[in-house]
This record gives sequence, structure tokens and C-alpha cells, in this order.
Amino acid sequence: MAGPGGARVDPHAWLARQTRWSAPEIAFWLAALLPFVLFPTYLTLASQIAITALFAVSLDLILGYAGIISLGHAVYFGIGAYTAGLIAKHGWGEPITGLIAGAVAATVVGYLTGLIVVRVRQLALLMITLGLGFLAAEAANSMGRITGGADGLQGVRVWDLFGAFEFDLYGYTAYGYSLAALFLVFLLSRRLVHSPFGLSLRGIRENQRRMPAIGAPNRARLLKVYTIAACFAGIAGALLAQTTQTVSLETLGFQRSADVAVMLILGGTGRLYGGIIGAVIFMIARDQLADMNPQYWYFWIGLLLMAVVLFLPTGVLGGLARLVPQRWRTA
Amino acid sequence: MISQIMGVLFDGFAYGMLLFLLSVGLSVTLGLMNFTNLAHGSFAMLGGYVTVTLMRDAGWPFLLTLPVAFVAAAVASVAFERTLFRRLYRATELNQVLFTIGLVFVMAAAAAYVFGTVAQPVRVPDYLNGSFRIGGINFAVYRLFLIGMALVITVLLVIGLEMTRFGAQVRAAVDNQRMAKGLGIDVDTVFAVTFALGSGLAGLGGALAIEIVGLDPSFGFQYLVYVLIVVAVGGLGSIGGSFLAATLLGVSDVAGKFYVPQLGAFLIYAIMVGLLFFRPAGLFGKR
Repeated sequence: MAGPGGARVDPHAWLARQTRWSAPEIAFWLAALLPFVLFPTYLTLASQIAITALFAVSLDLILGYAGIISLGHAVYFGIGAYTAGLIAKHGWGEPITGLIAGAVAATVVGYLTGLIVVRVRQLALLMITLGLGFLAAEAANSMGRITGGADGLQGVRVWDLFGAFEFDLYGYTAYGYSLAALFLVFLLSRRLVHSPFGLSLRGIRENQRRMPAIGAPNRARLLKVYTIAACFAGIAGALLAQTTQTVSLETLGFQRSADVAVMLILGGTGRLYGGIIGAVIFMIARDQLADMNPQYWYFWIGLLLMAVVLFLPTGVLGGLARLVPQRWRTA
Repeated sequence: MISQIMGVLFDGFAYGMLLFLLSVGLSVTLGLMNFTNLAHGSFAMLGGYVTVTLMRDAGWPFLLTLPVAFVAAAVASVAFERTLFRRLYRATELNQVLFTIGLVFVMAAAAAYVFGTVAQPVRVPDYLNGSFRIGGINFAVYRLFLIGMALVITVLLVIGLEMTRFGAQVRAAVDNQRMAKGLGIDVDTVFAVTFALGSGLAGLGGALAIEIVGLDPSFGFQYLVYVLIVVAVGGLGSIGGSFLAATLLGVSDVAGKFYVPQLGAFLIYAIMVGLLFFRPAGLFGKR
């Protein structure tokens, strides 16, 4: 990989080169518009994929770039979903402000829990993120009068987007809305990971001890990116609540945290497109295999996970990148 | 009132001993190789199914199936360790976690395929059934048996680890693997044997657990969290720590469900997060 390790590279020029848009990237985002024309009957699925991809991108920021392994990232997804859902249920159905409210709630919780998370590593980190996930699920379950408990939050009414686009049955508005949110968050994430701040995160991931030694303390940076990732996860959750007009306990369950990690590892960690590609593959496969008994679906997921870790440790994108000539590569 | 509290303590202690058997092996192997093996609970499940199958289809007596459950889990785990896990010792923690979670999924699906998703019944022999009362406290015979087994195993483990040559090698390798290698200890073999023993104990725990918590394909996953709590709170590689953490967890789980059922498992997770925040290496962990 051409990187700062190469001989005599001006770091600013290198960063600027990383942020340039390449042709495959532009093609990718244009292709994201195709479902409107080609698969108008699958737009609901497409909007779910966009939302899940957004969630995977948010996990990639902390897991792929900063190296924080989280087994409880769905907490922020769920908080965004419940916030947006509750606001819409209690009389304010305007989507954009609801989305912002979900993001703000997830950001606040992300900051507060981040204070704990960035202090621990290894097994304790796994257990604390896992524990936070279970705590949130238990809390949502026991506050049944507010959250609807196991029945889910019913009666979410979302108004028309910009007062003009109704959330229709076919998902035209839902997909356009989710895709726009995904693209915006992607732009922000892209800017972030190619900034000096993003570079310092990768430094922390590669060597926790050396970064403070060269004058870049870890915790403040980790807390910052953890909070940002929580915010993005909250946006994804709020989108799901608004487009499906319901919120279930499953939005903050362990299963969702595990699934998103699977998608990310499948697509490739530490690459923004990794989460998106992984989400696309995972969600389409699940949709196609929906008739299968869930037990056996997880058999194939398990086998896939083991195979990816053993044979394709950099994910689908990493595997593809090895086939692409050096000069075409982007980070 | 007093007898009720004593009853809860007794049940909680028995449950804690079960959790100890299930998790002590993972504690030692994690400390030894730093390999995050989330499939540990699945080896316990394997032991449980071995016992169920032998009793139901071959008519073996319960007690005789226990050593077989131990051996089956040990052999299966070593087969996995030699062929698959060892490729991942140098992999990142994330890859280890995902790989072993994948294995949990696969084993759960395989169990569902072979045995169905219903809970497996097991009939323990009559002399382990029933209960008796002393001073108003109800002692279930099976739980006493469980506690006895766990205490014997703990004593054997401590003796084995503290007083034998092999135990000294294990401790040396946990403390400093490179130094141990430098002194000519075959860390690879030590690890394989420890891994087999630890998984065997999990298999035994799985067989003993059926009577108390039941057995179905989700076992490996359901008890994974409890096992991990014991390991993380007790501290890696510490038998005493695992014992204490398992006891604490068992008693607080039973007491919590008995006295404040509306809190559910909230209490346990809150305590765990709090404890790990202040002592990330666990109660008795060195690292």
C-alpha cells in the first residue's frame, strides 16, 4: 500500500491524494440509485440495506479504524430508534428533526458510556461492551410502559418528508431518505478517516503504546471517535424507526451487534466501503434465504465467518484489492 | 426467614459451582495463550449431549456417562485446537472472537439438526433425587452432589497446578510464555493438554448442568455470557479467582431472581460492568 511509510512523502499531499474521488467510487454511488428503476418492488429491502450499511459504517469507525472491539454497538442504534419512535408517537412526526433528536440522544449516551469504554482493553473491553448491551436491553424490556416492551413500540406516526413526500408502501421515500442519510454520513466519515485525526486513530489501532509516546494521547481521541460512531449509529436507528414506523426490542439486542460485526468482517474492516458491501451481501442473502429455518441460516453464517477469518482476513474488499493493480488503489 | 436466606445461599452456591466447572478451563487457557475462545460453552454442550445420548440410547447409568462426557469434550477440543485454533494464536482478538462465535453458531445448528430444538430430558438415578431437611433448610441431594464434585475437582486442580511439575510448567507459561520457552518448556504441548483438560471440565459441567438448567442447542450461547463473566471478573488464569467469581455470580443470580425478579439480570450486568471498570484485570488478575 502506498502510504506515509514510503520514501519522502509530503503528509499533506498524501492525505489530499487519499481524499480524491476515484471512478469506481462515483460508479458505486450512481449504482446505488439503480434500485429506483430496476427493482422498484424491492425498495423496502433497499432502504433496510442502506440503514444497515450506515450502521456498519459507524461500527467501522471504532472497530476498523480505532481498533475498539465492541459487542454492544446496537445500544446506540436502539437509543436512536426509540428516541425517534417515541417523539413520533407522542405527536411530533417531522422526520428530519426526529432524526436529529435520535442522533443527539445516541451521542449523549455514547459520550457517557464512552468514558468507561475507552479506559479498558482486551477481555474487559469485550465484557463491558457486552454488559452495556445487555443492560440496555434489560432496561428497555423492563420499561414496558414507555417502550412497549416485548410487543415493540406501536403507533409511530411519521409525517411526510419535507411536507411533500409521503412514506409510501413501496418504499420510494424510505429508500431515498435512507440513501441520502447514508451518503451524508459516508461523506462525513470519509472526511474524518482521511483527516490527521483519522490517521492518528489508525496509529492507536496499530500501537497503543507508541502513540502517546510521540505526543498523541489515546483516550481523548478514542472517546471522540466513539461518540461520533454512537451518533451515526443513532442516526441509523432513527431511520429504521421512521421508515418501518415501529421499534422492537431487537433493535438494541445482542443479535444486532453481532450481525453488524459479521457484515463488517465480511466486507472488510478499516475500509469505509467494507461495511457497505458487507451489509449488501448479508441483507440480500438473508432476504433470499428467509424461508430457511433460522437455525440453519446461522449454520451458514457461522461457517462463512470461520472461512472469512481463515482465508480472507481482510474481507471481500481486501481480497478484491489484492487483484487490483497498485496504482488504482485507494485506501 | 433465616432458613429461607440459607436456602437461597445453598442453591446459589450449587449454581455457582456449576458455573465454576463450566468456566475454569477457559480461564486457564485464556491466560495461557491469550486465545479468546468463545466456543468454550459449546464444548460443555457437547458433553451434555454425550450424556443424554448414552443414557437414552445405550441405557448407561448417569454416573458412568460423566467420564465419557469429559473425554469426548476433551478430545473434540484438542482436535479443533490442533487443526484450526492454532492458526489464530497470532491473529487479532477480533478475528479470534469472530471465528469462535462462528463455531458456536455451527455447533448450535449441528445440535439442532441432530437432536432437534427441544430441551433434552435426563433422568438422574433415584439416589441423587429428592431432598432432606436439616434445621428447616431444604437440601436437594443432587445439588449437594454437584457441590461435592466441584469441591473435589477444585482441590485436584489446585494440587495439580501448585504441586506437580506439569502445574509448574503451566504457571510459568501463563506468567511469561517466551521465558518459559527459553527454559525449554514445551509450551505447545502444555497448552494442548491444558486446553483438553479445560474443555473436558466444561463437558463434565455440561453433563451435570442438564438436571439444573436443562439442555438445548442454545446452551453454548446462553451460558457463554455467564462463563465470560466468571473469567473476566475472576481474572485470567486464576483458579481461586474463578471459584470466587463463580460463587458470587451464582449466589447473586439466584438471590436476584428470588428477591427482586423485576430487575431480571440487570443487577448482574451492572455489577460486572462496575467491577471491570475499576479492576479491568478482574479480582485476581495480574494483567
